[in-house]
Amino acid sequence: MSALQIKKGSSKHSAYNLRPTFSDVQEAHTITVLVENEPGVLARVIGLFSGRGYNIDSLTVAEVDHEGHLSRITIVTTGTPQVIEQIKAQLGRIVSVRDVHDLTAEGSSVERELALMKVNGSGDKRVEALRLADIFRAQVVDSTLESFIFQLTGAPDKIDAFADLMRPLGLVQVARTGVAALSRGTD
Amino acid sequence: MTRQMTGAKMVVQALKDQGVDTVFGYPGGAVLPIYDEIFQQNDIQHILVRHEQAAVHAAEGYARSTGKVGVALVTSGPGATNAVTGLTDALMDSIPIVVLSGQVPTFMIGSDAFQEADTVGITRPCTKHNWLVKDTKDLSSVIHQAFHVSASGRPGPVLIDIPKDVQFASSEYTPKPKAPVGHYQPQVKGDMETITALVEAIETAERPVFYTGGGVINSGPAASQLLRELVEATGIPITSTLMGLGAYPASGKNWLGMLGMHGLYEANLAMHGCDLMINIGARFDDRITGRLDAFSPKSKKAHIDIDPSSINKVIKTDLPIVGDVGHVLEDMLKVWKARGRKVNREALAKWWRQIEEWKQVKCLTYKTSETTIKPQYALERLEALTKGRDRYITTEVGQHQMWAAQYLGFEDPNRWMTSGGLGTMGYGFPSSVGVQVAHPEALVINVAGEASWLMNMQEMGTAVQYRLPVKQFILNNERLGMVRQWQQLLHGERYSSSWSEALPDFVKLAEAFGAKGIICKDPADLDDAIMEMLNHDGPVIFDCLVEKHENCFPMIPSGEPHNKMLLGDAQATNAIAGKGAVLV
Repeated sequence: MSALQIKKGSSKHSAYNLRPTFSDVQEAHTITVLVENEPGVLARVIGLFSGRGYNIDSLTVAEVDHEGHLSRITIVTTGTPQVIEQIKAQLGRIVSVRDVHDLTAEGSSVERELALMKVNGSGDKRVEALRLADIFRAQVVDSTLESFIFQLTGAPDKIDAFADLMRPLGLVQVARTGVAALSRGTD
Repeated sequence: MTRQMTGAKMVVQALKDQGVDTVFGYPGGAVLPIYDEIFQQNDIQHILVRHEQAAVHAAEGYARSTGKVGVALVTSGPGATNAVTGLTDALMDSIPIVVLSGQVPTFMIGSDAFQEADTVGITRPCTKHNWLVKDTKDLSSVIHQAFHVSASGRPGPVLIDIPKDVQFASSEYTPKPKAPVGHYQPQVKGDMETITALVEAIETAERPVFYTGGGVINSGPAASQLLRELVEATGIPITSTLMGLGAYPASGKNWLGMLGMHGLYEANLAMHGCDLMINIGARFDDRITGRLDAFSPKSKKAHIDIDPSSINKVIKTDLPIVGDVGHVLEDMLKVWKARGRKVNREALAKWWRQIEEWKQVKCLTYKTSETTIKPQYALERLEALTKGRDRYITTEVGQHQMWAAQYLGFEDPNRWMTSGGLGTMGYGFPSSVGVQVAHPEALVINVAGEASWLMNMQEMGTAVQYRLPVKQFILNNERLGMVRQWQQLLHGERYSSSWSEALPDFVKLAEAFGAKGIICKDPADLDDAIMEMLNHDGPVIFDCLVEKHENCFPMIPSGEPHNKMLLGDAQATNAIAGKGAVLV
């Protein structure tokens, strides 16, 4: 159970004057959820999102502690600040959830994603694709005379940028893992 | 000493260890081993209901009226799917119940076996937590854990799905003290700094109001006592949601009555005009708030709730306190006393004068009749003739439910069982069965509408079989009254499918089940008829033929704020318009 991080917008003098109305600005947040690795736990988490109408932009899940039976689910979601707070509170009350952290709100974090991209082409386009891959430090993990599969890791916007560049050069398929993230520093 | 036993025996043993004395259920192929164990013991009584939905509602009634965890036992497939409405009802109203469901044997799961359903999948969104037990060695500790999860924090329903082979297989029994309760330990103590800030706000507030809810009841009788102490000592007015009735006595001098869509005029205007709102164990439900952007515009809002997700969900809170109502009230009282028991007496007196003015509107006044029984009159008489008795009230859902909340007075917690959040027609009768089982000597009355009542009328069989003297007080208007009222308000008086044709003769129906039936249609006969019902030692169906087109007032039309209440029929036709029309 995570502690509730509600900004106490109040003082002893005039709490309601300070009270901000709910903002309608949409924010993207990366939320990391430590869960007990038991059957159905992923369904509980994504069922919460679909049932309450929250967005999932990206989702990754894998066991991170075999002996402790723990998995980490990383979710990138979009919503108003109020919705983001609701999402965290709702996640926190799922019985199999041990811990909820909002990496976006809690300071800097490292976010990485892995992508595989298949680019078909020949001639100049093929050479250009390879040259750009080198700039992005993408690796070639499969090759035929008319195609490459590039493997690329990085923050989501780097992956987006690479995909944008590959599109005119014959990008035919993309597979992305979704974001894995951890907070920076010792915590 | 280790004890080896079958899974089925473990179920019964674990229930005994949890102090369970009653299980409501219905047998079937996938729970036969458990029923066989129940047959061979006498510590736990099994109440055979007539439909699994009723088993869950009965368990809810049992739980709400005792404060203990209610237990229901159902078979796989249709048994489990029939339990879904009850589970959802309990989730919405935070009622602690444990539902045990049978499942096809583990080796057949996923094969579309006879009476197989993905029970944990279906019930995942309508339980607080659920488990599919695939190994007998885990079964007893899962049951103990289930009771812990159901009753701690914000209470709620849990379900344990037990495949038949797990019931037959043997393993070692884990006794309750050794069972790991897991990491589920909700916070019960509130933040002292915020509690102190709230006490400071109480000291200076000019127009404070307590807005309390079902959380006070769920926290236990001690919380209600502390609430009464705080309210009496500070002299602050108090209103309550439908779910919280009885936490503060209806005869108490600070009582404003229920608030919300069909709440009292003075309660809603106090909410609208207050400068400090102290929400204790309520959740700003849409039946309470009305239009959000005009909800209590001038108030500082404090919110005490054990569930962090309730805070700031719909209404922005200035003083959020996460914790158990009982603990927080205790701390509040302590701090308030230590700081010298201060309130703004002068301003409070002025506030009360304003409230007295609102009370003079007498919003519950209705047009009386000497020829037809007005539903409000029927409830006033029921109240007068049962006052002071050891009385429990359940209701179905609709107009009668709101009238019951308005015209009956509740002096104590756990005496009022109604489906608030989900609004489940068919809740009241089986719930009254559960209440009567828990309190065999008490007077248990289900205030019903004829349409709701028919939804679970098969429970007459249960009432008669177990000699449960539940009184079914049916306000029969031959209409789906609340639907009809909304059609009048919103749909130009086109009463689409909102009347009941071919209603049964309720007296004959009672007699067919071996119970007593009473019919009453003349106001002059009403008192005698009610006394006849009360004096009969056995279940009674009371068919009270009431005014067919009575509307339930006061009413805040959907989409409107608290200060735009309708007080009578003159204002009602087509009263819901614009954006309010899409709301329910």
